Amino acid sequence: MQRITISHGSGGKVTHELINGLFVKHFKNNILDKKEDSAVFELAKIRRVAFTTDSYVVKPIFFPGGDIGKLAVCGTVNDIAVSGASPKYISSAFIIEEGFAVSDLERIVKSMALWAGKAGVKIVAGDTKVVEKKEADGIFINTSGIGVFEKDIICGVEKIRIGDKIIISGTIGDHGVAILKERQGLSFKSRIESDAAPLGGMIGKIMEKTNGVKFMRDPTRGGVATTLNEIIRGSNMGILIEEEKIPVAKEVRAACELLGLDPLYIANEGKVMIIVDPKEEKKVLTILKGHEYGKNAQTIGDVAHRYPGKVCLKTKYGVTRIIDMLTGEQLPRIC
Amino acid sequence: MFKFVDEYRDKDLCRRLAEGIIGISKKPFTIMEVCGGHTMSIRKNGIHKLIGSNIKLVSGPGCPVCVTSQKDIDKAIALARLNNVVVCTFGDMVDVPGTSVTLAEVKAEKGNVRVVYSVQDVLSFAKNEPDKHFVFIGIGFETTAPTIAAAIMQAKAEKIKNFSVLALNKTMPAALKAVLEDKDAKINALISPGHVSTITGTGIYKFIVDDLRISCCVAGFEPADILRAIYLLAELRENNKVSLINAYERAVKENGNEKAKYIMYEVFDSADAEWRGFGVIPASGLRIRKEFADLDAEKIFKIDVGASKEIKGCICGDILRGIKEPKNCKLFGQKCTPMKPQGACMVSSEGTCAAWYKYGE
Repeated sequence: MQRITISHGSGGKVTHELINGLFVKHFKNNILDKKEDSAVFELAKIRRVAFTTDSYVVKPIFFPGGDIGKLAVCGTVNDIAVSGASPKYISSAFIIEEGFAVSDLERIVKSMALWAGKAGVKIVAGDTKVVEKKEADGIFINTSGIGVFEKDIICGVEKIRIGDKIIISGTIGDHGVAILKERQGLSFKSRIESDAAPLGGMIGKIMEKTNGVKFMRDPTRGGVATTLNEIIRGSNMGILIEEEKIPVAKEVRAACELLGLDPLYIANEGKVMIIVDPKEEKKVLTILKGHEYGKNAQTIGDVAHRYPGKVCLKTKYGVTRIIDMLTGEQLPRIC
Repeated sequence: MFKFVDEYRDKDLCRRLAEGIIGISKKPFTIMEVCGGHTMSIRKNGIHKLIGSNIKLVSGPGCPVCVTSQKDIDKAIALARLNNVVVCTFGDMVDVPGTSVTLAEVKAEKGNVRVVYSVQDVLSFAKNEPDKHFVFIGIGFETTAPTIAAAIMQAKAEKIKNFSVLALNKTMPAALKAVLEDKDAKINALISPGHVSTITGTGIYKFIVDDLRISCCVAGFEPADILRAIYLLAELRENNKVSLINAYERAVKENGNEKAKYIMYEVFDSADAEWRGFGVIPASGLRIRKEFADLDAEKIFKIDVGASKEIKGCICGDILRGIKEPKNCKLFGQKCTPMKPQGACMVSSEGTCAAWYKYGE
């Protein structure tokens, strides 16, 4: 089997072979093909851009429903999309452990190319470093991305008002549980797959067709509970969500029961949480439900004047309790 | 959808049970839920807010991480500091503050602390990495002891030399006696731990009913299980009766799990043990029998940690004895939070303080 060696990261001939034979081959586009030190492209007519970066260290690197490459593209695309911008260009930097199988690298690169295509972004810049055996665990990927605002809308927590609705675009906890299931070797009859998906298209449609979106975020690490807390902390408003309205796939629920986990705290990689004006709630839900990544979208609660700065859950027994942020690590290296 | 889960979470059933409890409970009444699992379920589902004002629920000493003494935690930390030793433990243990550091801090420094879901994982590590010695920190009650005992037996049979157990395991009856005989605690009834009872059977509570005249109800962990237990205990109380009830019939038998008990006592011997908040309770712990001494980390490493120091102002001990509540602690929510826990009741996911903090009062 062909393996990555230190010379693949040396910057010499072997590095060039890897770059041309793998990265440029699969990521192919007019900007990257120039192979300059920086990707050069037009953003001149655009007033505002969104820029983000994220590193991916997920373990295992291949898991049901995705792989580290798909995650590296979707994660960065989604971070741009939830700001209200439309994702355009991303960079990808690889840190690879000596001895890594080239076939695995190719599988990852192909996956990145596939999902970049689906997300409508170009991978225009990159870097490769190889470190000695045991100095890294297989492969780590960093992606940065740029998006542009097509419409003059600014989303932000400051726009949130009492009465606004909280929508989640589908079932929660799928990604975290899929990873955990792989790690723990749990076997269930039905498959649990990561929900990793590029949400730029779906969110773009919402931005285009509606006007009432106040704030969006993708509830990744820490899950929906942590994301809601981040939004409302320090505010004089509170958030009340209803246990019975939160969509959880039955396999995910079963795994959580077994492992003593709460789906509200588990990572998602293909979900968006939208805080929207109640007047536009139905419209947003209709768009989400009409999209392949939003079929199970649901309004889970609203912004309330009670419980300032806190997130509360109405249990199915009618009792209200606090939903705190995730403290410590529920599970390391899930993305 | 989930057999044995959904029906015990049924909204209408729970509502009827709660109404029933409010209807029959006329006298003020303190029930201790012994197990941390019960505490979490009560707080998570808000059961304490459904049952009216006459019944007070207090948490007991049934969170294994919480009752582990400072000295024992220091021992685990001392083991993790040794060269070539990997300490393996259930997740909650890593953040419990020792006298100077936590296992999490040793992990960050030396990288030789691993979180496991099962002692079986540790046997796999030992087989795959023969150059290291793996110590499993055995905590828990009768629920976890049989699987740890089975792993010790397996290691002996398979001649696995680089595996040992630091047995900090505890048993319930003597601790319950200590709690209930404490004049400060004033407990009127017990919700007995469901998981422990699956192993031990209901017999271990007989002395509480017969000698101490306190009712016990073994319960499962779903809302309807707990509400039903409270209802049954309230009914006994109103009728001035004392009795032992098994309300977890689907899992608990009168004699428990004979095979598990047999394995447990093949490997372990009853011993005195130190409990946080209680001090040493006679015959309340488990010690590895001398036939398995070469798998006993205590014997192999002969660690001496010297004097341990408990955190000043922390009232975990009183909380574990059911005398005080987290809100009585001046550290609670201020200096002591899940981010920076001072006492064990805040560290463990099943700890009383963690439950209060996480789910609010």
